Amino acid sequence: MADGGTPEPAPLAAWDRVKLARHPQRPHALDYLRELTTNFVELHGDRVFGDDHALIGGLAAFDGCTVMVLAHQKGGNTKENIDRNFGMARPEGYRKAERLLRHAEKFRFPVIALIDTPGADVGVGSEERGQATAIAESLLTMADLRVPSIAVVIGEGGSGGALAIGVADRMLMLENAIYSVASPEASAAILWRDAARAPEAAATMRITAPDLLGFGVIDEIVPEPEPAHERPRATIQATGAAIARHLRELLAAYPLDDPAAVDRLREARYRRYRRLGVWRDEADQALRVGSAAS
Amino acid sequence: MREFFQRRGKFRPQPLDESGELQIPEDLWVKCPKCDEVIYSRELERNNRVCPKCSHHLRLRARARIALLSDPDSFTEWDRGIATEDPLEFVDGGGPYTDKLARTRAKSGEGEALVIGEAMLEGRPLVLAVSEFEFLGASMGSVFGEKLVRAIERAAERRLPLVTVSASGGARMHEGIFSLMQMAKTVAALARLGRAGAPHIALLTDPCYGGVSASYATVADIIMAEPGAIVGFAGPRVIEQVTRQKLPEGFQTAEFLLEHGAIDLVVRRDDLRATLTTLLDHYQRNAPPRPVEPLAAPVAVGERADG
Repeated sequence: MADGGTPEPAPLAAWDRVKLARHPQRPHALDYLRELTTNFVELHGDRVFGDDHALIGGLAAFDGCTVMVLAHQKGGNTKENIDRNFGMARPEGYRKAERLLRHAEKFRFPVIALIDTPGADVGVGSEERGQATAIAESLLTMADLRVPSIAVVIGEGGSGGALAIGVADRMLMLENAIYSVASPEASAAILWRDAARAPEAAATMRITAPDLLGFGVIDEIVPEPEPAHERPRATIQATGAAIARHLRELLAAYPLDDPAAVDRLREARYRRYRRLGVWRDEADQALRVGSAAS
Repeated sequence: MREFFQRRGKFRPQPLDESGELQIPEDLWVKCPKCDEVIYSRELERNNRVCPKCSHHLRLRARARIALLSDPDSFTEWDRGIATEDPLEFVDGGGPYTDKLARTRAKSGEGEALVIGEAMLEGRPLVLAVSEFEFLGASMGSVFGEKLVRAIERAAERRLPLVTVSASGGARMHEGIFSLMQMAKTVAALARLGRAGAPHIALLTDPCYGGVSASYATVADIIMAEPGAIVGFAGPRVIEQVTRQKLPEGFQTAEFLLEHGAIDLVVRRDDLRATLTTLLDHYQRNAPPRPVEPLAAPVAVGERADG
């Protein structure tokens, strides 16, 4: 299941990946934007309540094209992290994402999403302002988007808070990133009422990039010959090259100026998610592993 | 409808030996969790499990809910034969996931946590998808997602209204990332239902959280909740732990959601049929005639599931 091109002495244990994915010096979304894009204009606010600093978005030039970028943003130190809420977006963040997705559709900007969050914000205010619905509406808008989209898990991909900007045509993941239904701590708390068993949950839940490639949830792993925080620039460049390659493929298959491409694009995206799951039709005993079907 | 509660045939729940609290045999007295009133259990069932004294809405099993929301003998179940797999080969202190599933099937009398099918309500056709909380907290895994998507696709094909009834603890941990992906998959199907012009009416019941409240259950044209139902993204225990804050009175109740603009209606169980019927008529009144061709292959109860 290992990705080609990775010189690996021994595969890292899941918990080691978790620690790398959360490493404070690991490059965060704005590091990628600075390195890979030009003319980035951040667009703020949900037009209703506020501007979430944990989920940012805006227009940028990338590979000769203007794209809409959506990204979770963690801080590089404690002060920044408090401002960024540790990358945990609130409802206004997801509503901003939804607004910018509509904007991208209107002006035919492909969407690039960088995922790096432990999960959506948990709190009284987030509940009062409809966290569940805000995430659901963002999922819906992404699932039905009229323009091509690429999502990359650059660090932590935690639960619905990650997926909210991750229903994309192509799904990439850095080699030491993790992506899971709930953070290891939350998984351990839910399963065993003991958040301290997070390392065990990390292994049991199969959350590493090679796991998810095997499951067909992601399309490609961006290798980290050395962990991203040790060679940030090289990692970011490799990520940019992978995004550019997928974007060119998508734009060739679904040209932005071809109205008929919209339906084909949506249909292809629907099929991509439609097959995800593992079940068995009892009558024929055939194991349907959706991810292996295409 | 009365006969339904006799729980005949294959849906009969097995008696419990370990955790006696779910075992409510007939001819017993039940205490209302809200007002402590002791109610004769048959009386409670007759009242659709609403406390006759304080109107507290107790949890309703999926099949009782379906009986409540459909005309007698009008419900045809779909895809009962679709079965759960163990993609993570999940094992923990409680043993393998597959063993847990077997115990849950025996205990609940259901194959999975979602029951789907078509029915008539006061003579009006609809597609129903109802979660079963007794099955691992009605958590959403691959089978739940797949069944829901099949229900949505068939509703879209025939432009039938879809009514979902959800109580759920959220995503099913034991199926990991596949459970998370069901959020995307079900919502994507609802986008197509919307384009087909069929309404999705969601009823949120107690309790409804996480991967379900943050996906298909709130991507609806109408969101209703039962009185007192607790609905939210994160559970109160988690919020208190994370924020070290005492939660306000009535936090995350249906009434709280209504007050904060998150849902359209709070509907008492007594009024549910009438409210739904009125809504179904509104969505049909100005709509063009439905496509006449029937489903490719309607699946009868217990028969082979089609794709």
